[in-house]
Amino acid sequence: MNDADAREAVTRAHREEWARVVATLARRFGDLDIAEEAAAEAFAAAVRRWPADGVPPSPGAWLTTTAGRKAIDRLRRESRRDDKHKEAQLVYGDAPPEPAGVIDDDRLRLIFTCCHPALAMEARVALTLRMVGGLTVPEIARAFLVRETALERRITRAKAKIKAARIPYRVPSAEDLPERVSGVLAVLYLVFNEGYLATGPGAGPVRQDLTAEAIRLTRLTRALLPDDGEVAGLLALMLLTEARRTARVSAGGELVTLAEQDRGAWDAALIAEGHRLVRERLAAAAAGTPPGRYQILAAINAVHTSARDIRDTDWSQILALYDQLARLDPAPIVALNRAVAVAELDGPQVALAEVDRLQDSLAGYHAYHATRADLLRRLGLSRQARAAYDRAIELAGNTAETAYLTRRRDQLR
Amino acid sequence: MRYLVSVIDDKSNPGSTDRGPAISEFNERLIAEGHWVFAGGLAGTDTATVVDNRGERAVFTDGPFVESKEYLAGVWVWEAPDLDVALELAAEASKVCDRKIEVRPFL
Repeated sequence: MNDADAREAVTRAHREEWARVVATLARRFGDLDIAEEAAAEAFAAAVRRWPADGVPPSPGAWLTTTAGRKAIDRLRRESRRDDKHKEAQLVYGDAPPEPAGVIDDDRLRLIFTCCHPALAMEARVALTLRMVGGLTVPEIARAFLVRETALERRITRAKAKIKAARIPYRVPSAEDLPERVSGVLAVLYLVFNEGYLATGPGAGPVRQDLTAEAIRLTRLTRALLPDDGEVAGLLALMLLTEARRTARVSAGGELVTLAEQDRGAWDAALIAEGHRLVRERLAAAAAGTPPGRYQILAAINAVHTSARDIRDTDWSQILALYDQLARLDPAPIVALNRAVAVAELDGPQVALAEVDRLQDSLAGYHAYHATRADLLRRLGLSRQARAAYDRAIELAGNTAETAYLTRRRDQLR
Repeated sequence: MRYLVSVIDDKSNPGSTDRGPAISEFNERLIAEGHWVFAGGLAGTDTATVVDNRGERAVFTDGPFVESKEYLAGVWVWEAPDLDVALELAAEASKVCDRKIEVRPFL
């Protein structure tokens, strides 16, 4: 076996097996810290040994067994230092790996533990990317533009709280499941949006590492919770958004709006997969399961991605979906997006009246001003449009968006 | 696993004062379900005395160790298998007491 093949095998195993190894160890040893460290050591051992020894027939089992031994080594070292340590933890040390079904449950347990509502949102995000996603601390720190030491502290603190407060390592009861799943989805959506709407000085307009990781983790969650409509909805929403990624930013680094995007550049495979998921959820809705917000957002994106041209967009369908969403989530931001559809159906004047009503709640949000600016521009109110663009540019954090808004403003007469 | 469950009141927006019967009823349930270890309401923070004997002799100071709008109004100690159980009880306790609740594990 040559080195390149072995390295490729380690990379693949890392992508496919990391969460499983951490999850299995976390259950066996009841400690995320030990699980994480032992998993990292096992992968380091694979890097050293697979080029010489060859890739084992079952990489996942090899990694789990190796990580298990590393964990026991650590526990033995610690128990020598601390004789109060419970030897009981070592008893099951050499137990054979669990059958596959149970291991899948372990990954789900791991996800629910990392996304526990008793942890701060930023801790949940960091912990999920590290423990389930297998990203390294430097990778996560870079993605979120925070210092490595700060991120390391955040993860350490979260692990310590899980242990000290005994946050359980289990799948929530059926009664609590919908709310806890929605907590997990909030973490995944935040990771996706941080990639898709990247902000911050020096950040590229889209950070594909984050969008790709969010999709990978959502796919995993979907595989573990195949009957959950909102998980399917979020995956569809991400796929239909990701499908437009390359068309959304021009070669010059400027945001390209939905109306101006080259629809031929959209990723047909991702769109087909997203549409399949949306159809699956529409069938469930027809059978009497009311859709949640991610499913409705996915449906809106499905309508957009079904149109070959912006002029073919079924705006009344989109408006109906926004009405449905607004009933579920009467947030001003939903009303703002709904107004965009209103503009297409009833004209910019009607839409502007609706947008203006949102001023109190959205005055600090760049999209409010950008939407207003566009409506004012369409109404020929250049002076007011310019002021709205100015405000939007001030507030926008995304470089592609700033570039787009600036050009639009400068085109006003 | 034991948890210290603190009832937090707010001087500028105090919880209602008629919670006694509901709290007693809740305590009965905590006892019946095996969660109850200890409970007690506290007198106001202006009845507190701070003692510092780290120096040559003990210094007594009138008043709480920290003045704040929010303060500890009472405590429970609960026995619960894990945080999820404790948080579920705490959510009920918050309704029953009409106040915020902090849950903190003992070492």
